[in-house]
Amino acid sequence: MELLQRNYFELLGLPAQFEIDLTLLHQHYRTLQSEVHPDRFVTASANERIQSMQVATQANEAYQTLKNTTARARYLLQLNGIETLEESNTAMPGDFLMLQMEWREAIDDANSTKDTSALDRLLVEIRQMAQHLSQGLSMQFAQKSYQDASESVRKLSFIDKISADIHRVIEQLENA
Amino acid sequence: MALIQIAEPGMSAAPHQQKLAIGIDLGTTNSLVATVQSGMSLCLQDEHGHALLPSVVRYLESGQIAVGHAAQATQSADPKNTISSVKRFMGRGINDIPDTTHIPYAFRDTGVGMVQIETRGGIKSPVEISADILRTLKIRAEKALGGELTGAVITVPAYFDDAQRQATKDAARLAGLNVLRLLNEPTAAAVAYGLDNASEGIYVIYDLGGGTFDVSILRLSRGIFEVLATNGDSALGGDDFDQRIFCWILSEAGLPPLNQEDTRTLLTKSREVKEWLSENTEAQITSVLSTGKLVNIKLTADKLVELTQTLVTKTLNPTRKALRDAGLNIEEIKGVVMVGGATRMPQIRQAVAEFFKQEPLTNLDPDKVVALGAAIQANVLAGNRSDDDLLLLDVIPLSLGLETMGGLVERVIPRNATLPVARAQDFTTFKDGQTAMSIHVLQGERELVSDCRSLAKFELRGIPPMVAGAARIRVTFQVDADGLLSVTAREQSSGVVADIVVKPSYGLSEDQIIKMLKSSFGAAEQDKQARALREAIVDAERLIEAINAALAEDGHLLSADEKSAIEALVNALEATRHGNDKDSIIQAVEALNHATEYFAGRRMDASVKQAFAGQDLNTLEL
Repeated sequence: MELLQRNYFELLGLPAQFEIDLTLLHQHYRTLQSEVHPDRFVTASANERIQSMQVATQANEAYQTLKNTTARARYLLQLNGIETLEESNTAMPGDFLMLQMEWREAIDDANSTKDTSALDRLLVEIRQMAQHLSQGLSMQFAQKSYQDASESVRKLSFIDKISADIHRVIEQLENA
Repeated sequence: MALIQIAEPGMSAAPHQQKLAIGIDLGTTNSLVATVQSGMSLCLQDEHGHALLPSVVRYLESGQIAVGHAAQATQSADPKNTISSVKRFMGRGINDIPDTTHIPYAFRDTGVGMVQIETRGGIKSPVEISADILRTLKIRAEKALGGELTGAVITVPAYFDDAQRQATKDAARLAGLNVLRLLNEPTAAAVAYGLDNASEGIYVIYDLGGGTFDVSILRLSRGIFEVLATNGDSALGGDDFDQRIFCWILSEAGLPPLNQEDTRTLLTKSREVKEWLSENTEAQITSVLSTGKLVNIKLTADKLVELTQTLVTKTLNPTRKALRDAGLNIEEIKGVVMVGGATRMPQIRQAVAEFFKQEPLTNLDPDKVVALGAAIQANVLAGNRSDDDLLLLDVIPLSLGLETMGGLVERVIPRNATLPVARAQDFTTFKDGQTAMSIHVLQGERELVSDCRSLAKFELRGIPPMVAGAARIRVTFQVDADGLLSVTAREQSSGVVADIVVKPSYGLSEDQIIKMLKSSFGAAEQDKQARALREAIVDAERLIEAINAALAEDGHLLSADEKSAIEALVNALEATRHGNDKDSIIQAVEALNHATEYFAGRRMDASVKQAFAGQDLNTLEL
């Protein structure tokens, strides 16, 4: 099937670039699922049911990847032959490392004092940092500075992880 | 504009084309069956005019089985053999059931796996008991619709895990139903509500049933129902409110531990009082127990609110989590739809109104809306609606993970991922020449294996022997549109597909299901053969129908040679399906399937191409 050979941008009918129209992404995703979703093939042959599940799965994966800034940038770098290697390459500039440590300490403090509003404030601060980084990504992709973009992705990836941790701590505090 | 076709009174249009499809709400307390007739979704009634079938099954001395009102009426007299709220035990082990002392059944501790109940009718799995309920509804539908059913959509709580979903699907299979889809209850309710009110925007479905609580957040837009997040508690419902009242009666009246009949009597009283207090300020509880003791006490609505406050609060935590997972604030919620009989309680409505800062929507029957929505979906899935304008995009409610070193869980598929979803994970061998390995799959949000629900252990066998660490076994976890997991494994360097032996932790093995199927149909070997042949024929007929429809619609995607090759195989299958040879029918089915694989792919490619072309045209017009 030709559909399964396409990359995520092709599958969702969008140009392979960092800046995308999120409304169009959502619209195209819905158009695609309307055609390929398993619900459309309940009474079809076994072949069609299997293929429908494969394409619908791929469509979900593509949509989730392109919707998320970090994942989209990582994927676009991959298409350009660059692996971001977030697992192995943890080298970061000194100032970012400092920032990481400050955030970790702030989370621990808020956790021990059960201060969820401090965590909410931290989330806002971190989100601003993420926004700043994605603006940078936009430039880096425009200028094809893929190594810089790669570093931005690693930073964003770290930020995503710390945001998830903060959400988890908030949840634990609320449940306690 | 399309004109509405109206048939002559008493004559439905083209009846042979209408496929008979039903939606079933298999509830903790009550179950319903609905269908779509002349474009309207409606619940089917029994011969006494009841739409609700109490989910109560009684195994009688005569060997017969009573289901529904008849079973419910004699519940206090025969509590051990009259099973209610069996949904709470689906896909659950004995240790999952809190406080078995309050439940008057003879549970059988199987040690591992799903709990079983000893009844007069034999040892019953919750799957078999549920199948008895489903069978009753199936017969009701066949009578009302006058024919064989194409299939059914069965609803499940959104927060049901894989084991509970699989148990429900197994029950439907035992009842002889072709399951078109397992549909989440709140999603079904959203369909019925959304289509009825032509709603657009973000809606919350708050579904408190007899035994389960679900909250789902959906985006409704032009016929597409997109679930953004779901959460809940699969062991919280109206039953728990009854239990609170029951315990209050015990302490208030100073009663000693009761026998099973009295327990059942007072639980029934508790339910009646709860329902009464939804519209009245006080209730008198009067009952004479088997010991001759008279219970005569008063319960006020205010006291009931106090007794059940913690239960109401317990529903708000999952609600908050779902909002957070969807990344939404309450200001962005356009409406909150109330579903499930328990949402008739004023304290629930008030708590929800306060939480969302808006009055919840209660303008539909909270008991019927799930079945009505399921019927609409069944009608679409069976292919009765030609205008493809309804699509449900649902999510997996709980994360899936794998056991790693030290009893920890590594997350593979996160909760709220849109279905269908798949993830591949690579594994390697630990020892030289190792040919098998075991993978433990868990579901839940916690980090420790012991805190998550064990779904199954998958044993991979037939890995080609290599030195330790050389094999690359790619295991793919696929969750389908029913929310059910399947696992495939392939050794990457050799391409060898590993055999997978599944040991479900709380489900039934294929052997057990076949045994149950046998006992429900009579054990004769002949029956088994006849059924296998019948299944092969049905398969063949479905495939022929599907391929013919595809050829008629998209035959132009094939060259003349390709088309005649497929037609030849269709004819060959046509010829064999009238014979008695099961194996040659299966072979012919396989041959046709194999030969149409590229056709299926081309059709999908073409339909997507056309859809995008049409959309771009629309965008240009705007």
